[in-house]
Amino acid sequence: MTKAFPGTVVAADKAAVVVTSKSLYQVAEFLKNTPALDFDYLTNLTAVDYMDYFEVVYHVISLKHNHSLVLKTRCHDRDKPAVPSVVSLWRSADFQEREAYDLMGIIFEGHPNLKRLLLWEGFVGYPLRRDYL
Amino acid sequence: MAIRTEPFILNMGPQHPSTHGVFRMRVTLDGEVVVDVEPVIGYLHRGIEKLGETRTYTQIIPLTDRLDYVASMTNNFAYVLAVEKLAGIKIPERAEYLRIIMAETMRIANHLMAVGFFLNDLGAMMTPVLYMWREREKLLDLYEMVCGQRLTYNYMRIGGVSQDVPEEFLPALKKFVAEMPGFIDEYDQLLSQNEVLLARTKGVCILPRDTAINTAASGPVLRASGVKWDIRRADPYSIYDRFDFEIPVGTVGDNYDRYWVRMQEMRQSVRILEQAIAQLPEGEVCARVPHLLRPPIGEVYGHIEAPKGELGFYLVSDNSIAPYRLHIRPPTLINLTALKDMVVGWKVADLIITFGSIDVCLGEIDR
Repeated sequence: MTKAFPGTVVAADKAAVVVTSKSLYQVAEFLKNTPALDFDYLTNLTAVDYMDYFEVVYHVISLKHNHSLVLKTRCHDRDKPAVPSVVSLWRSADFQEREAYDLMGIIFEGHPNLKRLLLWEGFVGYPLRRDYL
Repeated sequence: MAIRTEPFILNMGPQHPSTHGVFRMRVTLDGEVVVDVEPVIGYLHRGIEKLGETRTYTQIIPLTDRLDYVASMTNNFAYVLAVEKLAGIKIPERAEYLRIIMAETMRIANHLMAVGFFLNDLGAMMTPVLYMWREREKLLDLYEMVCGQRLTYNYMRIGGVSQDVPEEFLPALKKFVAEMPGFIDEYDQLLSQNEVLLARTKGVCILPRDTAINTAASGPVLRASGVKWDIRRADPYSIYDRFDFEIPVGTVGDNYDRYWVRMQEMRQSVRILEQAIAQLPEGEVCARVPHLLRPPIGEVYGHIEAPKGELGFYLVSDNSIAPYRLHIRPPTLINLTALKDMVVGWKVADLIITFGSIDVCLGEIDR
């Protein structure tokens, strides 16, 4: 399906499509703006810490066609994991990206207001990482 | 001589009666007109997602009660459905029906509270709330019968429900279902054509359809903006495909529509309850599930139509007794994204009622 972008898909199965973090924004834009796909509703965004890498998970739905897709991307840099922000495509990512930054320490590049959401300013560490505590 | 003016920043909350919990809004005002609003949250953050990683799958059920404590039965429901999807567990018919009964009575109880407090924010001090709570009490009595609790139920289990309902439950539920349409008519008479309510809510703080979709608003907020999207129909879970009900949809997405959609949803819930009671079979209420459940390696995203919107659970399993990752998609946190779009250009008093019309629960926003 996403053969429109050669070399971007890292892994794909029935459940999810994993793309490189560099191409994430283009893939997301393609998913949203192609009329046949029309994924207009980003319902859930979260991140998982697999120790070797972080996985950012996007659950997108098309309200018109009533189909859904799980889009994922991985970042291996533990000190400064960075992923492009999709707030300009789906504004529902605003709080959810801030939450993933707050609790997991993922940096969403291009987010208009990336600061902690639930914890206070000046909190040290990212509690949802597996090596926290 | 022109008077020099500048925007005024007002911190509303975290302790404020109309904020439904510990919620702070950083509002920028030009006189009385709202220029900008930024929600500041986290006062009730208990780290439920992190706690979940150190507990077994069954031990997480009481934690989910503490999310949206106004509708905790629904949270139980969403969580156990996600785990059952992950582990591939089939549950008995009677349990399915009992869950639907709980979920729909919970929707009524939640909407009664939502509408009541919405009117409270409007200035109808306490009277509508007390009318609504008259009915909500009956539902809480029903829950007390089935599990001994009135707020945090911990009733559903992976594989079914914790126990069958006592014999006095069904007669009381039937009585409630028979009486409820009359009570909704009473509220309609009292409120829906009320001149003050119309003046304060019609055409006020409109959320356009496109913005609602782009900000992933869900539940009554999305449907009030004219989007016919209900997960019970779009992605049927449990046994919702067996029931006949309609999805009320608003027209413009103003505060009145958000109120109206909730009133209509209560009527539809009564319809579902009537069908569920008529079809309720006898039998087991819980499947045999190991105490220390080890779901296969994998992940699942289960979502349901909670009273406040789409409640989702994202679970990652590594075949151990505790989930590797538990993420909760709270409906009202994401509905809050659209708050700014609704209120900019309106007055402070409208900000309060619009916030009430989203129907937030801080237990769920902060987790």
